[in-house]
Amino acid sequence: MSKDRADRLAITALGLSGLLTGALLTLIVGHVLARGLPVIDAAFLLTAPERMGRAGGIFPSVVGTLAVTALAVAIATPLGVMTAVYLAEYTREGFFVRLCRFATAALAGIPSIIFGLFGFVLFVIRLGLGWSVLSGGLTLAIMILPIIIRTAEEAIRAVPRSWREISYALGGTRWQTVTRVVLPGALPGVLTGVMLGVARSVGETAAVILTAGTTLRLPRSPLDPVRTMAVHFFILAREGISMDQAYGTAAVLILLILGVNFVAYWLLGRITARRG
Amino acid sequence: MTAGAGGHKLRTVNLSVFYHRTQALHGISAAFGERLITAIIGPSGCGKTTLLRCLNRMNDHLPGFRLTGEVLLDGQSIYRPGTDLRRLRTVVGMVFQRPNPFPLSVFANVAYGPRVHGVSDRMELWATVERALREVGLWEEMRRRLDRPAPDLPLGQQQLVCLARLLAVRPEVILLDEPCSALDPLATLRIEDLMRRLKCRYTVIIVTHSMRQAARVSDRTIFMLDGRLIEEGPTAAIFTSPRDRRTEDYITGKLG
Repeated sequence: MSKDRADRLAITALGLSGLLTGALLTLIVGHVLARGLPVIDAAFLLTAPERMGRAGGIFPSVVGTLAVTALAVAIATPLGVMTAVYLAEYTREGFFVRLCRFATAALAGIPSIIFGLFGFVLFVIRLGLGWSVLSGGLTLAIMILPIIIRTAEEAIRAVPRSWREISYALGGTRWQTVTRVVLPGALPGVLTGVMLGVARSVGETAAVILTAGTTLRLPRSPLDPVRTMAVHFFILAREGISMDQAYGTAAVLILLILGVNFVAYWLLGRITARRG
Repeated sequence: MTAGAGGHKLRTVNLSVFYHRTQALHGISAAFGERLITAIIGPSGCGKTTLLRCLNRMNDHLPGFRLTGEVLLDGQSIYRPGTDLRRLRTVVGMVFQRPNPFPLSVFANVAYGPRVHGVSDRMELWATVERALREVGLWEEMRRRLDRPAPDLPLGQQQLVCLARLLAVRPEVILLDEPCSALDPLATLRIEDLMRRLKCRYTVIIVTHSMRQAARVSDRTIFMLDGRLIEEGPTAAIFTSPRDRRTEDYITGKLG
């Protein structure tokens, strides 16, 4: 085979792979939106479900999803960013740092159902929090912690060393340098990680079904159980309650995740534009 | 400001520097006169920048860094235990090779030093920023654009902002590490003019690749080779009648 032909073949194969990926995404999103969008209206978003979800809206699930996600992010972000600052700024490469990084990577690889089981045993049973927004949020926080640590650490390391040096050269302390130069410089990257965490939390089923519950009632406090949109969709589809309602829920979920991803990419674009 | 012995603001005594097992500087004894411009020249890798960075302890955190000998600021060793690093770096300030403004406004860049030293009064910060920008001759151009991001400025102006950022903490010694190597000739001339004005008030030490630049601006010149100080003296003497063969070879372009 001549080099020319190999080249042309490679281009075709690579192009087709790209095309296939794009087609798959379009197909999945398109399918869900085509069947789900007609179901969505203001009433669907803002009223409670009726007859186990056969009719009515998904308002309690929207609230539940937002509450559980907000809690998870509110816990995981400070914890994750502080860990990342510690790993990137306060330690030299050594045994402990490598251990931390290994733990982070290992945590990221654990299937979400295991987090669900752990959250169920620890938060729901052991700490007596029951199926609740709190249990679900805490479980998701543990699940998204590695994502936030990883992206935040990378963002912090990407901050030019010269900025730190000049801060020290001007008499800044390490803490001042971290809070005034390093973190503001890393902020867009950190936010991107948080957005990825949001997307993971919003779409998670296995970890929350075991910790937040499946009730269709509107939560009144963090200790009330909720059914998130992802779980609602799962139950509607699996038990064959109503495919239309299931697709409507899925469409809302997908739009929410797409929205979050767009924000993440926009932020990513902003950092690269500024660094370049 | 008190001058050290013999009008020397800074002196190194038999200064040797190691990174792990590699020796970067070999017994350097050099003096830097108060309110003079001293240029450090020599080929790449000769230890110029290492020497410069020893003068405000910017090498301390590099892996395997070890130092013997003394660096004396106003006759006081800066490597003695208990030295206040923040104060030292305020007295001996540094400007780097590439302009490196923070991704903040011009104002926030210049105000950074005073702020980390605890100044929060708005009026005081304004006064400091104005003084520093006037000193580098940037005030008239910048007064209406203080809120612009400093990294958006042309490189020459960025470097002047970096210099103003340094002057805002009122240093006594200014270390310049090839400050013009990223700049175009006009911006370079502007920095050189500024250096001549600055030496009325500050002790200036510049590491430079450009022998022309050393000849144009400096009062004294130090020539280094392979981590050793080869020759030191008045710039005119070094460039017209060097005593050492190697200095002559370098300035006539046969070496480096």
